[in-house]
Amino acid sequence: MAEIRLDWEEVAAAREAARQIAEDTHDYLERFTTLTVERAVCRLLGIDGVDDAGVPLPNVVVDHLNDKGVLNQGASHWIGQGALALGKKPQELAEAIAKGSLDLSRVEVQNPYEVQIWAEKRAQETLERIRSNRLTREAKLQEFGDHAGPLIYVIVATGNIYEDITQAKAAAKQGAHIIAVIRTTGQSLLDYVPYGATTEGFGGTVATQENFRLMREALDESGEELGRYIRLCNYCSGLCMPEIAVMGAFERLDVMLNDALYGILFRDINMQRTLIDQSFSRMINGAAGVIINTGEDNYLTTSDAFDEAHTVLASQFINEQFALKAGMPEEQMGLGHAYEMDPALKNSFLFELAQAQMARQIFPKAPLKYMPPTKFMTGNIFKGHVQDALFNMVTVVTHQRIQLLGMLTEAIHTPFMADRALAIENARYIATAMADLGDEIEFKDGGLIEQRARNVLSQALDLLQGIRRDGLFQTLEEGKFAGIKRSMEGGKGLSGVIEKANNYTNPFIPLLLKEQADWAELKAAQSRPGGQK
Amino acid sequence: MSKGLYSTSKKDFDRSLDLKKLKPYGDTMNDGKVQLSFTLPVPDSEQAVEAARLLALRMGLSEPLVAHHQALDRDFTFFVVYGGLTHTVDFTQIHVDAVDVQVMSMAETDEFIRRYFGRKLRVLGASTGTDAHTVGIDAIMNMKGYAGHYGLERYKMIEALNLGSQVSNEDFIRKAVEFDADVLLVSQTVTQKNIHIENLTELVELLEAEGLRQRFLLLIGGPRISHELAKEIGADAGFGPGKFADDVASFICEELAKRQELHQ
Repeated sequence: MAEIRLDWEEVAAAREAARQIAEDTHDYLERFTTLTVERAVCRLLGIDGVDDAGVPLPNVVVDHLNDKGVLNQGASHWIGQGALALGKKPQELAEAIAKGSLDLSRVEVQNPYEVQIWAEKRAQETLERIRSNRLTREAKLQEFGDHAGPLIYVIVATGNIYEDITQAKAAAKQGAHIIAVIRTTGQSLLDYVPYGATTEGFGGTVATQENFRLMREALDESGEELGRYIRLCNYCSGLCMPEIAVMGAFERLDVMLNDALYGILFRDINMQRTLIDQSFSRMINGAAGVIINTGEDNYLTTSDAFDEAHTVLASQFINEQFALKAGMPEEQMGLGHAYEMDPALKNSFLFELAQAQMARQIFPKAPLKYMPPTKFMTGNIFKGHVQDALFNMVTVVTHQRIQLLGMLTEAIHTPFMADRALAIENARYIATAMADLGDEIEFKDGGLIEQRARNVLSQALDLLQGIRRDGLFQTLEEGKFAGIKRSMEGGKGLSGVIEKANNYTNPFIPLLLKEQADWAELKAAQSRPGGQK
Repeated sequence: MSKGLYSTSKKDFDRSLDLKKLKPYGDTMNDGKVQLSFTLPVPDSEQAVEAARLLALRMGLSEPLVAHHQALDRDFTFFVVYGGLTHTVDFTQIHVDAVDVQVMSMAETDEFIRRYFGRKLRVLGASTGTDAHTVGIDAIMNMKGYAGHYGLERYKMIEALNLGSQVSNEDFIRKAVEFDADVLLVSQTVTQKNIHIENLTELVELLEAEGLRQRFLLLIGGPRISHELAKEIGADAGFGPGKFADDVASFICEELAKRQELHQ
């Protein structure tokens, strides 16, 4: 592969600064839990469904404990206590709370050690379920073989899960490797996850566990027909990050949008809330073998892609370190970036190439997610198709892994079936025609591309060192990412941040970290000579 | 080789431009040529191609040519069709309710505001409702602007405040009063199931209910917004695709100046 000569000392310094940023932030936030983290614990313990008024039972239980002022000990503590005292399953307890016939904070106090054993046993069972899904995915990838080049990622967004399935199956047949079901607008700001199959949505389809299951089933069917494994992607962001991670782990989603900063910047969710939520959600995604996609591409829809390229790189470093903190291996970090420079800019293609190549070299194991032009798509579909072609070329030449296809009708409507087919045809043509171009070329020593990458790296290093000095919270308050200012106490969801009591427990945190470590060890053993494949 | 290449079709029509009977231009005046593409929910087959041709005829295309057909899935086929449109419109009779304003440069606008109002104009913008897209409001407001047209933040005589996305109509109005805005800019990008119309209508109703509608100049924008639609909803102007900060700023100047004169 052609390589840009980068200053690797700067790369190491940038990574170290990001590590310290993540560590400082993490240390501060470890004192807190959130409503959605505790609801995720409920889900992991097997609580699901809704009450008569349609309120999800995890919300019923967590709101109940919060009203009683005891949530700071962790939902699992109270559920364990109730299960032992009353001999009931978590789901039965939740139903009783919904009926108003149980006050979980007032059941007979149990031996805390017994409660802990109970919770760990349940947690272990859940992790086995998650691992079994992971093994199913592995087996299918083994059976069919995985696609070697960029994975073609397309979206469906009809609002109706059944219509989405029709579109997704057609896209799979046309050659898509990943189907993302875009969420309905506004779901990120709901402090609960809707329930059941849904047929109404605006600009996308509601993310529910049943919708996940339906789409998973459909894509498995398509995969069997086509002899390929079709990956499914959804959005693990907003006010319910960890709960959506649980749903995805249960229904074998393969890819999840899951950014540490996105909700803060683009949904005005409180920064403490998002940073706590992303940590637990990444542990779950990590254990489930889900590739996360980070949202750096979004910076460039508000900021200028040429001037602010270093903020993308800096954020990639930060996302990498937060993911490592959650136990996630690099192979699951789909760090994001985008082809968003103004087409009128001279040599924009070269600068895009520099950015993509630099990301590839700095994060060599990461399945980088590369986003197509959107900001400068005009409605001129003919030019748009060419813009997408240039993006496809950079993708192939720099060996990006997840290629979110641009649609010629971007900025006009959510994609028609035919738009998707044309986009896939475009991408496949270029992937075939330029398959090995990246391995044939060399970058001119000190040329425009190399200079550009080196500059962006230096600027990113400066930014990261500044953030390390000032702290991440202050940096966000000053609006250094995407030009958007957010305050520590501002934004949505702060009331859902709860300081943990000394005897707080969440049995899933150690187990999810252990599961990831065990899996890594298993993989390492398999890859050693003589190891079992 | 498809029959479209080196067409031998007759060209014995009148080749002079008649604005009373305007029709599309391919390579010869009045040939009426259009290109279109669509998908039919049937398998790719001879019948499907014929169906596409018949639909083109029904649309008023003469000699329709199905240049391309391709299966998208077992039951879906994509078509690219060319033909000559038989319909015409009378161009001389067209009236469009458009924002009619002399577009000024940024410097001219600043100068105009300084001279005419003697103070900065306050412009509050947001993408309201559940709409999470800021690309439209950013293009008009952000310092950098869009496609070489600087945003309102860069204007020396405009105090621009961009609230970003997903701002509720109630919050937007509260902020408008607090900021003492002269102008409200609302961008709507998501238009599925006409949610933008519902949302904008709600905003106008809320403003009217609070007796604030006349206090602000209300401008709306987005990919599906036209000036006509804006007026229908009860806004003062609408800006669709291809409009930039200078169009908006010029309209603001002209309209506020007009209102000021009325008051004097």
